Amino acid sequence: MTGPKTGLTRRDAIKAQAAAAAALAAGLPIPAAAQNLVTDANVTELKWSKAACRFCGTGCSIMVATKAGRVVATHGDTQAEVNRGLNCVKGYFLSKIMYGADRLTTPLLRKTGGEYDKNGEFTPVSWDEAFDIMAEKWKKTLAEKGPEGIGMFGSGQWTVWEGYAASKLMKAGFRSNNIDPNARHCMASAVGGFMRTFGIDEPMGCYDDFENADAFVLWGSNMAEMHPILWTRITDRRFSHPHVKVAVLSTFTHRSFDLADIPAVFTPQTDMVILNYIANYIIQNDAVHKDFVGKHINFRRGNTDIGYGLRPEHPLQQAAENADKAGGSEPMSFEEFAEFVSEYTLEKAEEMSGVPAETLEKIAKLYADPDTKVMSLWTMGANQHTRGVWTNNLLYNIHLLTGKISTPGNSPFSLTGQPSACGTAREVGTFSHRLPADMVVKNPKHRAYAEKIWKLPEGTVPGWVGSHAVKQNRDLKDGKINCYWVQVNNNMQAAPNMMEEGLPGYRNPDNFIVVSDAYPTVTAEAADLILPAAMWVEKEGAFGNAERRTQFWYQLVNAPGDSKSDLWQLAEFSKRFTTDEVWPAEILDANPEYKGKTLFEVLFANGKVDQFELSEKAKEYGNHESEDFGFYIQKGLFEEYAEFGRGKAHDLAPFDRYHEVRGLRWPVVDGKETRWRFKEGSDPYVKPGSDYEFYGKPDGKAVIFALPYEPPAESPDAEYPMWLSTGRVLEHWHSGSMTQRVPELYQAVPDALCYMHPDDAKAQGFRRGTEVRIISRRGEIRTRIETRGRNKPPKGLVFVPWFDARRLINKVTLDATDPISKQTDFKKCAVRIEAV
Amino acid sequence: MKLLRLAVLAVPVFMATAAVAQNQVATLRNTAPLDQEGEATQIPGIVNTDIRQVRNYPDQPPLIPHKTDNYQVDLNSNKCLTCHSRTAVEVSQAPMISVTHFMNREGQTLGAISPRRYFCTQCHVVQTNARPLVENEFVDIDRVIDYVNTQQSGAD
Repeated sequence: MTGPKTGLTRRDAIKAQAAAAAALAAGLPIPAAAQNLVTDANVTELKWSKAACRFCGTGCSIMVATKAGRVVATHGDTQAEVNRGLNCVKGYFLSKIMYGADRLTTPLLRKTGGEYDKNGEFTPVSWDEAFDIMAEKWKKTLAEKGPEGIGMFGSGQWTVWEGYAASKLMKAGFRSNNIDPNARHCMASAVGGFMRTFGIDEPMGCYDDFENADAFVLWGSNMAEMHPILWTRITDRRFSHPHVKVAVLSTFTHRSFDLADIPAVFTPQTDMVILNYIANYIIQNDAVHKDFVGKHINFRRGNTDIGYGLRPEHPLQQAAENADKAGGSEPMSFEEFAEFVSEYTLEKAEEMSGVPAETLEKIAKLYADPDTKVMSLWTMGANQHTRGVWTNNLLYNIHLLTGKISTPGNSPFSLTGQPSACGTAREVGTFSHRLPADMVVKNPKHRAYAEKIWKLPEGTVPGWVGSHAVKQNRDLKDGKINCYWVQVNNNMQAAPNMMEEGLPGYRNPDNFIVVSDAYPTVTAEAADLILPAAMWVEKEGAFGNAERRTQFWYQLVNAPGDSKSDLWQLAEFSKRFTTDEVWPAEILDANPEYKGKTLFEVLFANGKVDQFELSEKAKEYGNHESEDFGFYIQKGLFEEYAEFGRGKAHDLAPFDRYHEVRGLRWPVVDGKETRWRFKEGSDPYVKPGSDYEFYGKPDGKAVIFALPYEPPAESPDAEYPMWLSTGRVLEHWHSGSMTQRVPELYQAVPDALCYMHPDDAKAQGFRRGTEVRIISRRGEIRTRIETRGRNKPPKGLVFVPWFDARRLINKVTLDATDPISKQTDFKKCAVRIEAV
Repeated sequence: MKLLRLAVLAVPVFMATAAVAQNQVATLRNTAPLDQEGEATQIPGIVNTDIRQVRNYPDQPPLIPHKTDNYQVDLNSNKCLTCHSRTAVEVSQAPMISVTHFMNREGQTLGAISPRRYFCTQCHVVQTNARPLVENEFVDIDRVIDYVNTQQSGAD
């Protein structure tokens, strides 16, 4: 049962094609042992189409070859500016990510004796039965608890229109702001940094900076593994232009150090000390760009002692003076700022960070020298940090003091983890506090603006800030959220403190958990209902990358079995509810024309989202959602969404153009993309004559923040003597649910090992390969010691990647977050290690 | 050799299918319930046969069929090129790096290897002898072409 039927002939054709693909997969045709060369163009010709890569936030463009309903090859798109024909090893194996033998093809519901049972066995059911039980649970919870009782967790891997549809369904349909993306674990501190310093989200620069900078400084980032194609651009620049310098700062030595002219391993959390030292160095050495600072900068002193985002009863929260006003600040002068950073001397920085003074000075000089164009780059090291927003602010400080911003090669650049953390999570605003185009639910004008675009009654969108990622797991455990839908992410494996928060929350008998995924993940195993999802080029999609580039692709092949895109699932589920069931009487009495309508009618068949006919879609490509709903739903959603940002410095081009080009960087004004924002001449939003204008702030000025070093939430002690840092590896994407199913990638890096300094291993009697338990106050895992691998931690620190479903390191991590961004610090907690 | 590999693959797939009937559906885990920890498997060895593998499609970077432990590839030196550079292959009889590796971003061929291709392991990886957790049903283009041929001759 697959929803409304439109055109049986078409469906039959799709079924026939799917059967053919299945026959292929079963390997019915036996390859001839000795084959003559096939040259007939009809047979050998492949259909090549463009798509954005499914993995990281770099946003490489991929050429995808299809034949007979199968993806048969992929390669880097030579026409794409981002990657110019290159892929990383994961990207080169994209062809195989959809073909794991355990693809989910039908909904699975936990049942005992034919009935739903929280402790029952996963049993195949129809979409009708799946949506029946979901709707029953949702309606019961909405009636008993209201919109606060339901929640949704999505991702920066939603396509733009999927995130938009989810946000609209939750915020306007169910009137619940309990929706958050896993970008909360990834980019929330970056967002907080942008909003505080500039008043508008996302980088001012772009990837063209790579070919223009004289120096690159990596702050806690391992681009060689996590952003490999951007690393090729740095490598190209470094080797092609010998004057270029590369500085790499991290808490352990990793592959990016192979290119480092200036390597620096610092003690966890002391990046804040080094950044304040550099600000001090710039001031002490008269390297402040006084004209720029005088015209374009305000100074503010941030609140301190802001806590660690733990549960309110935690002693660290109780002790924090400003836990409830973490984001507060007050104005100060330049002189006061200079006084504030003056305590961060070279000696202090060396002592606290453990980085030699000579190295620290070299890094400071890169910023202070007016003739050196500097690109700073960071991702999870800075963002997954209990002072992540502060660290982002401090990074902007040193670029703003020197005026090194918004011109080619001068670029503080916040890299992105997921393919559409920018395009979907941030720009669409799928966070619990956000609306599209940087608007927020707390602001009544922003809500009214959203209601107008959505053609919904006044008061539909609620003003309360919903629960963020970590709080959603706490709410599930506490029984505050009882119905929960997870799409396109693997949060049981990804979220911190799985044993104390995540797993008890999902398995709480009061809760009904739904997980949509292409594969049976750890999160799916923890759910009550699993919905099979179409993935990547099995649906028409759009991602937005780290340089504000929006990229589209068509549906190139059909999804297996009954699997459907997240968009289809969201829109189809909305048909199960009428406004009378989910909206209060006062809204409906004041707006009787909405009475008795389904949420599908008011959200998706609203005269806007359904304004483009099915005939407008590309003839040579399928589109399973539009074919089912009878209108070009992706185009309708995108054009409605684009209304939010047009004329507001978030301008997107018309829908059709993105299918023609290799992406465009917003704001797209008069058909032209914008490469450097806030700079006159390259950004059409900057007022003529102003040179620079940071127009996200009312007075056009960016903010330099005075923020001190504060210690991490948990540090090693006698009982738990080692630092634990977690992260990724090149060969696997996030939790490995796609890449661990590609044999070549799996066999390259099959297991998450515990990378340890050989002296630390020796001191505990371990050798390479010793099986150990990694134990924290919260949980433990079993893995094996690696003393020789690509990561070389200093003494006192171990690194364990999180891609391995058999070794769930997030059983060990701490759910301490940045109090402003609510992003978890996955890079620092205390552990002890014992032989098994 | 290839057939043997396929036979080995069939075992974990069967286990994966069987697990659906119970509640441990997370195929990649398949060790212990979510709240428990199974034994950590041994660190597998690196395949060091020097036997080149069939590529899944022409665009796939070839896998490395030998150990690369302690290979220096950094600012100062690239160990891989001592065998795989244009001038080294006569002595080493190793495959020469692809012509694409001499091209810059604009697709123009340079007089030496393009620095954008300098770090080999961004695309080329060694293989361990770990047994895949789940089969992959990607179909090689030759089999797809066979299939298309079968369909066409069937239709005629």
